[in-house]
Order: sequence, then C-alpha cells, then structure tokens
Amino acid sequence: MSPSENPFYTAFALILGMDQGLIDIVTLSLQVSLLAVLLASALALPLGAALALWRFPGRNALIVLLNALMGLPPVVAGLCVYLLLSRAGPLGQFGLLFTPTAMVIAQVILVFPIIAALTRQQVETLHNEYAEQLRSLGLKQLRMMPTLLWDARFGLLTVILAGFGRASAEVGAVMIVGGNIDGVTRVMTTSIVLETSKGNLPLALGLGIVLLSLVTLINALAHTVSETAKRRLG
Amino acid sequence: MKKTTTLATASLLTSGLVGLSWSASLLANDDFITLASTTSTENSGLFDAIIPTFTDATGIDVRVVAVGTGQAFEIARRGDADSLLVHDTAGEEQFVADGYASERLDVMYNDFVIVGPSDDPADISSSANVAEAFARIAESESPFASRGDDSGTNRAELRLWEDAEVTPQGEWYRELGSGMGPTLNTAAGMNAYTFTDRATWVAFENPQDLTLLFEGDDALFNQYGTLLLSEQRHPHLKHDLAAQWHQWLVSEEGQQAIADFTVNGQQLFFPNAQSSSNTQ
Repeated sequence: MSPSENPFYTAFALILGMDQGLIDIVTLSLQVSLLAVLLASALALPLGAALALWRFPGRNALIVLLNALMGLPPVVAGLCVYLLLSRAGPLGQFGLLFTPTAMVIAQVILVFPIIAALTRQQVETLHNEYAEQLRSLGLKQLRMMPTLLWDARFGLLTVILAGFGRASAEVGAVMIVGGNIDGVTRVMTTSIVLETSKGNLPLALGLGIVLLSLVTLINALAHTVSETAKRRLG
Repeated sequence: MKKTTTLATASLLTSGLVGLSWSASLLANDDFITLASTTSTENSGLFDAIIPTFTDATGIDVRVVAVGTGQAFEIARRGDADSLLVHDTAGEEQFVADGYASERLDVMYNDFVIVGPSDDPADISSSANVAEAFARIAESESPFASRGDDSGTNRAELRLWEDAEVTPQGEWYRELGSGMGPTLNTAAGMNAYTFTDRATWVAFENPQDLTLLFEGDDALFNQYGTLLLSEQRHPHLKHDLAAQWHQWLVSEEGQQAIADFTVNGQQLFFPNAQSSSNTQ
C-alpha cells in the first residue's frame, strides 16, 4: 500500500496540512452540530424533566413517542425540513433551504428526542430516590425541576454528548437540506459521502478519521471538565 | 446556583458568537445564485474549474447543489434553485413546455460509455453498436449495475435497453437507486457491467477490475443544457444573476473555459452552444 493509499497517512497529512478548505469544513461541522445540540438541550432538558415530574393524561403516550423518535431516520427528518423550508413549502419565504440554518433545524429535530427521552429517564430515577425528602421540604414540581436537573448534571452531560454524537455523525439530513454546497454547506460527513462517490476511498476514510478524532477530543474535554468538577465538589 | 448562571452565560455567549461569525460570513458574499445540477458535472471537477472564471468576470458566485437529474428538476420546479444545468434533453424540453423554464440552450456534450470486468464475459467490446452490446449482456446474463434513480444517465440507459429490444430484468440486472459514483463503487465491488458518463468514469479513482469496454456509438451522445427558469412561476428567484450565468455558459468565454477543463490530460466536456463560434 503506497502512502497516498493509506487512510491513516491521508488523515495525518490532512491534519498537518491545515488546508483552509478542510478548516472551513471542520469549523462548519462544529458550528452546526454544537448549535443544534445547544438549542435542542435548551428545549429538551426542561421538557424531559417536566415529563419526569408531572402526571397528566397522555404522558405515557408522549414518553413512548419520544423514545420512538430517538430512532427517527435522519433522511426522513431531512425530507420533512426540506418540504417545510422549500419555496413551495409553508416556510418558503424565508429562503432558508441550502443554508447552514436549515442544517441546524434538521439536526435539532434529530437531537431533541434523544436528549428529552434520556433526561426524562435520568430525572425520574433521581426523583424516585429523593421524592420523600423533596416533598418534606414542601417543594412543588416547578421548584424541584432546577434542583433535580442540577443534581443529575453529570448524567445529563453524557446525555448531551449522545445528542452531539448523533448530530456530528449524521449525513442524511444535512445532505438534503444543505445540498453539500462547496464552501457554504459542506460538512465533514457530506464530504466523506462525496469523496466516496468519487471513488477516492483513502481521502474519504482519512476525513472519517479526522472527524472521529475531533469527536473524541470533544468527549475527552467534556469528561475532563466533569471529572474535575466532581472532585472539586467532593 | 452560581455555577448554573456561569454555565448559562457561557453557553449564551458561545451561541451568540457562533451566530455572529455565521451571519458575517453570509453577508460577505450576497451575490450568488444556487445552481441545481448533476453529479457528473460536480464529481468530475468541471465546476471547480469554470466557476472561478465566471466569478472573476461577473462577481457572482455559483453555489452548486449536485443531485440526479430527476431531483434537480424537482428542486427547480419547487423554486429552490435559481438555475438548472442538466443532461436530459427530452425532459428539459418538457420542462420548458410545462412553463417552468423560459429558455433552454445547448451548452456542451460528452458521451456515455459501458464499463465492465476486464475479461469481458459478454464480449461487448467486439459489438457493432451499443444495442448489440446491451443485447449481449442480457443474453449472457452477466451482472449489470443500473443507476435506477431516474437520473439523466438512468433515463438514457433505459432508452438503450428499449433500442436493444430487451426488457432488463432478472437476477443479473441490479437496480441500485444510487448516484453515478456509488454505482461505480458497487459495480467495481461485484465486478459487474455498468453504464456511465465518460466524465465521472475518467475522474473515478476506485475502478478495481473495471475497464472501459464499449464507446463511440452515436447513440451514446450525452447533451447538457442550461435552463433559464420562469420569472412568472417563481418571481422570488435571482433571475438577473441567473441570466448572466445562463448567457456566460454559451458565450465564447464560457465555452472556452469548458473546453480547457481536463482530467489527466483528457478533455471531458465538449462545448457545442449554437450561439457561439465553434471553439473546438
């Protein structure tokens, strides 16, 4: 295997080369996925906690629905967002199709059920443990919510990382709503698809290794932060 | 509680920064059009070669969404692209007739070829014409990978099976429902015959045992056309900018840029716009 055919060599050369095109692609990938996870978390953490604490008719159905949506195929989410944002669609006048914003919207839809469903599970477990104590303090559900979310924060970090994993790894949704436009909506995963379709397999795999390294780095960072925080708090 | 506030502030700041850098980069180049086109033109590198020339001349950037011809028509029909460059002349003329486009012009051509296992089990390389080559593949029931995705190439392939008076079906005929690149990858993997445009084939880097076996029949002619989309149907599109691109493609300068594009020293697209002098 010659050096140019070795994906590890290619990945190494890509990282060392610091090619501007690659930097742009990596930056956009991170911007889109991190923003999607941030927005999804802002909505899904409170919703997940609320589902854990309140009892209302249809609650079980909602939980089942959220759990099921964790398996939503990215290409279906992409297609729905495409039809929504297309000029002929209900939100067409904003001209958002084939922009990074459209990609964020699609990824929020993919990440939201994962974070909401897993948060519900985490908070419910914690709530069951502390139910007596919290009730003896006379706390209402609304007051319990921030306390329980804060207490579950280390578990929730893993939940958020699972959401980030989903966002950074998916290709079906961003391909449809972003269009894989060079320099505008091309991200790591769509580049990998493109290079594969050109038959440039070493470069495709090299990009895959770069993406995986990046995701590993982010996970390591999150892990370090949470371990440090745990030690500080005893 | 203090930590929560810090965390919230930090995340708000981050999102703000991300948002800012974003809108700044979007505002920087407002003069652009979105072009729906085919994978063959994008994958071969043609657009990377000719768009900078157009942008230098006009200041207009062209953002390419490369999909199959069927999907490209659908994107344009819904008003999601400003311009359209595809290779299905019959479909393009229908598109104009249906009122989605006001004008269609020839831009360039290349040709389709048949590639397959180097030992050529169906012996198509000695066929007199493409119909005979297709008939021999069907007769010997040699594995054949078809795009099966309603792309321009797929439509051309299906017309050729009709010419060969063969109904392609059976174990040997495999519809992949994929783009040209993935189809070539799969055909290479199962050592099957497949029908491809020359540009994608020449630029393709994973041929394994596949080799070019049949070429040169007039029926393999592959014409590309540019379409000026209808102002009546989609008034919001950037018609002025799109018209400049449409005209540039068939201008002497545009035709020359297409002719100058080569891969491994081989010219892949041959300009043949009627309005320009013969640049070949």
